[in-house]
Amino acid sequence: MLETETRSPQIRPEDPPGSQPDYCYPPYASSVLRAPSQPLVVLPHTLSERTGPVFGHGLLQPNDNDLTAQHAGQPLGERMLVHGRVLDEDGRPVRSALVEVWQANAAGRYLHKVDQHDAPLDPNFSGAGRVITDDQGRYQFRTIKPGAYPWGNHYNAWRPQHIHFSLFGAGILSRLVTQMYFPGDPLHALDPIFNSITDPRARERLISRFDIEKTEPAFALAYEFNIVLRGTNDTPFEEGKR
Amino acid sequence: MSLPLSGSQTVGPYFSIGLSPLCSEEVASGAQGEAVIVEGQLLDADGAPVPDGFLEIWQADGDGRYIMNKPASSAAEAVGFGRIRTRPDGSFRFATIKPGAVPYDAERMQAPHLVVLVFMRGLLRHLVTRLYFPDEPANLTDPVLQLVPAERRSTLIAQASGKPGTLHWDIVMRQPEANTKPETVFFAW
Repeated sequence: MLETETRSPQIRPEDPPGSQPDYCYPPYASSVLRAPSQPLVVLPHTLSERTGPVFGHGLLQPNDNDLTAQHAGQPLGERMLVHGRVLDEDGRPVRSALVEVWQANAAGRYLHKVDQHDAPLDPNFSGAGRVITDDQGRYQFRTIKPGAYPWGNHYNAWRPQHIHFSLFGAGILSRLVTQMYFPGDPLHALDPIFNSITDPRARERLISRFDIEKTEPAFALAYEFNIVLRGTNDTPFEEGKR
Repeated sequence: MSLPLSGSQTVGPYFSIGLSPLCSEEVASGAQGEAVIVEGQLLDADGAPVPDGFLEIWQADGDGRYIMNKPASSAAEAVGFGRIRTRPDGSFRFATIKPGAVPYDAERMQAPHLVVLVFMRGLLRHLVTRLYFPDEPANLTDPVLQLVPAERRSTLIAQASGKPGTLHWDIVMRQPEANTKPETVFFAW
């Protein structure tokens, strides 16, 4: 498809209060110097915003969807399957969406030169994965549960266990980077990044659900994490009407 | 049915673990057009460089078409898309082509532009801005630029750098003090 059709640009209504973080959220110290101060200019969604890149399965490497199988040995930690659906706001599956994930190892250490936390690296765990959703918008990957880790935001600050997710949807403005959390983590209440979303219902949506049905018996636990991306305000075109 | 959107969270300091494979400073990926290199720096509110950020570019080809008909198997195949990490000094550089004009609506055209997404540690939700081209008469009638207060429009227009075929464009999160580079215009999207 070459995107050349011309519809009138739409202005999107504002998100419900508290459902997305503010750019400047002082409890998360790093946000203060990296937030704009001037009002954002409301952008009509033109063809430039309604379109976006499309990625194919050729992008994927073997074991991109199994973070426990990327090295000669098995990583330490609780094995688990993470799965879910990517939907748009109208409840339609987002097909062929690229999902990129990254995470700490079971000890709470990232394979990254900036991470100086005194916890061991795991020679059998890199912590990066990629998947593409199927026709129902489903994705899944196998990994190990990441550990919590300390950070320098404030005295005795700890990040709750989480997995970073980056997603592409139907258009470039469907782009989302978020974090998946785990149910029952006592660090949720103390974490400024999690609490930068001030509506508790919106925060709850970033917590995965323990899923006994999808566990692999005698092998791995399972968590379900569903994601909703922006649509492109599209009424689907019927063949021949363009 | 209207489902609530998932909330955004920061990319944090370790995004390169997961996001490196798609990094590419080659945006045009073979599309034909007037070659251009864009260089600049990402600066925070103290005027300090941001070494742990990245940009994503989305643009039309030289004929003003957005290419979505060929699923890309690599960053190098993604026509019109680029993901560019900032370097330790906050600088970035990418190679592309000047896009053609694209429609705004059935009557009006937009001036050639790139859509630019900005991500970094400390940013809880990515920002959206645009890069326009210097010496482009269509900038004067571009419907999106007209929405920007006139005194701030220049922050969206790259400048000739003195090097042939190379433009300079800085992204400033906030103006630290008077007489420094002004804050870049970001859009509510």
